[in-house]
Amino acid sequence: MRTLLLRTLFGAPATIAAPSAADLALTETGRALEERARKLFGRAITIREVDAGSCNGCELEVHALNNAVYDVERFGIRFAASPRHCDVLLVTGPVSHNMKVALERTYAATPAPKWVVAAGDCACGCGVFEGSYAVVGAVDKVIPVDLHIKGCPPRPIDLLRGLIALMEKATAGADTR
Amino acid sequence: MPKNRVADLLAGRAPRSGHHPWPRYEIDAAGWDAVGQGLAAGVTLLGFWGDVGAVHAALMAPELGGPCIVSLAVRAGTFPSLGRHHPPAIRPERAICDLYGFVASDAPDARPWLDHGAWGLRAPLGSRTSAAPRDPVDYDFRPVHGHGLHQIPVGPVHAGIIEPGHFRFTANGETVARLEARLGYVHKGIDGLLTDCDLERAARIAARVSGDVTVAASFAFARAVEAALGAEVPARAQALRGVMAELERIANHLGDIGAICNDAAFALLHAHTGILRERVLAASDRAFGHRLMMDQIVPGGIARDLDGEGARAILATLDAIAPRFAEIVEEYDETPSLQDRTCTTGIVAPALVAAWGAGGHVGRASGRDFDARRDLPYSPYADMAFKIPVLAAGDVDARVRVRIAEIEVSMVLIRIWLDDLPGGPVRHALPQVAEAREGVAVTEAFRGDLLVWLRVAGARVARCHVRDASVFQWPLLEAAIEKNIVADFPLCNKSFNCSYSGHDL
Repeated sequence: MRTLLLRTLFGAPATIAAPSAADLALTETGRALEERARKLFGRAITIREVDAGSCNGCELEVHALNNAVYDVERFGIRFAASPRHCDVLLVTGPVSHNMKVALERTYAATPAPKWVVAAGDCACGCGVFEGSYAVVGAVDKVIPVDLHIKGCPPRPIDLLRGLIALMEKATAGADTR
Repeated sequence: MPKNRVADLLAGRAPRSGHHPWPRYEIDAAGWDAVGQGLAAGVTLLGFWGDVGAVHAALMAPELGGPCIVSLAVRAGTFPSLGRHHPPAIRPERAICDLYGFVASDAPDARPWLDHGAWGLRAPLGSRTSAAPRDPVDYDFRPVHGHGLHQIPVGPVHAGIIEPGHFRFTANGETVARLEARLGYVHKGIDGLLTDCDLERAARIAARVSGDVTVAASFAFARAVEAALGAEVPARAQALRGVMAELERIANHLGDIGAICNDAAFALLHAHTGILRERVLAASDRAFGHRLMMDQIVPGGIARDLDGEGARAILATLDAIAPRFAEIVEEYDETPSLQDRTCTTGIVAPALVAAWGAGGHVGRASGRDFDARRDLPYSPYADMAFKIPVLAAGDVDARVRVRIAEIEVSMVLIRIWLDDLPGGPVRHALPQVAEAREGVAVTEAFRGDLLVWLRVAGARVARCHVRDASVFQWPLLEAAIEKNIVADFPLCNKSFNCSYSGHDL
């Protein structure tokens, strides 16, 4: 263990950093996000992820935000276990009828000010599950949505970009409220 | 012997025509009852689902030759329960009742399963009558009696970034006396959506039954369609299907191994496996245009060809991660504090995995030597010899070690296919078949065998049912956690990593 631990401590970080062309977007995204998050929330925002009927593809990519490559915590964004502790609900899936009440209650349990992000094509529009007796549909049919992030599933980089857009919207809203 | 009764029952009987590649037999209620007894005596239930006016069960046993499907016409809305002979059939029976309204007579458990009273409909795939909504909390959990017991309700919204389900723990202090799961929260009506659906759309839906097995599900769906229609698949596409399926297995196993270590508070390995997983997804993206390779396997072949750069990206990634993965395994082996959590935790008895026909790491960690890639062989695995790890301990540690061994095998398989990739096209047009045909296929997803059965007519899917490995694994989680401490539940749950969406459909 000592070897792996020491190498982890002193080796080059796995986190995507600066300036190869492909990585540039992530760096820019990250910096912009950092500024916005600081303005609005001081240093941090907290997200509660709610799967309201997803196929779990979106969950895999939301998970990836937390890995050492994307390392979303370096921007002050972290995921919380309870809606009571969060600022943002990140909702995936077409809302199933069986999850509708749970989603409504999770939203009600989240303290204001709060924002809702619908992540993935299903959360944004119902995706391939359109027309089923078992789904309500897009997330905004159940709770108000502040931002839509498309993709099936959205890539981690798209989720990061989406969170920046949310910051902009939230900041604008905070100015006028 | 009850076993032989099933073989006797089917011997000499003519299967229904137009069903491929396994035979499908239409049997009567007495035969159905014999099937129930055969299941109790060791025949494996591969799947159990409803259809218009009928129920189907997929069976597998050495004495039956190969796998087969038996079907029973439902009379007056009822059929004899298989669950009263064979507990693994209970939840599928409850699901059939919720979706089709067919009542399993003498069933040991008549509670609703997928129907939480929120659809406004009863039997949405059957009589489709309107129903008043019920309170979603209204569900009769099994009573647990005893001194000093308390209940811990968890879910449906869980603490992590995971799918929804409800777990009702009854604990005595720290020790779990009983766990009862209630699932169905992410039921999306997939059997309904796959009714009279054009083929292209059906393939996209099948790919989204459970995102983590999107490749395996598309693979099984495509093979079922090809079996039904007698379609040919180019050699190049077959090899590349194998590459995608094994990349999916590696990525998921890496994620699981890390997450299990993380649930034992050993975050270092989670961080390292997370990096390796990310590299595999990035290589998959470069090679096939999608990180999870969703919608890449289609009936008739694959959606896009692999170019030289993509193949090199995969091989370079394998070269890069192999030594790193070996270090991670060494780390796991040399950390007693970690093994203190995983060894002897969450043991599943071999008799249970055998009875439930539990596949994947759940079955193979408890001595069930079954892998669809070898035992229900299909291209590109049919001519390959590869090691299938089977362990006896049945604990979290054994499920980790099965995954470790499988990653190593998957890397070898991918190299073999990419080193000798056939040329030529990657997709053939499907033959035009006017009459209705039926097909079935099983692929080995990372979590176990995944079955797709369907009926196609023209270019449309008339009916289709997908059965994820989770269906026969979820109930065993309840056995695994018994007499363990509540705090070890995340560890046990992650070591199974059952799909909620794949179960709930």
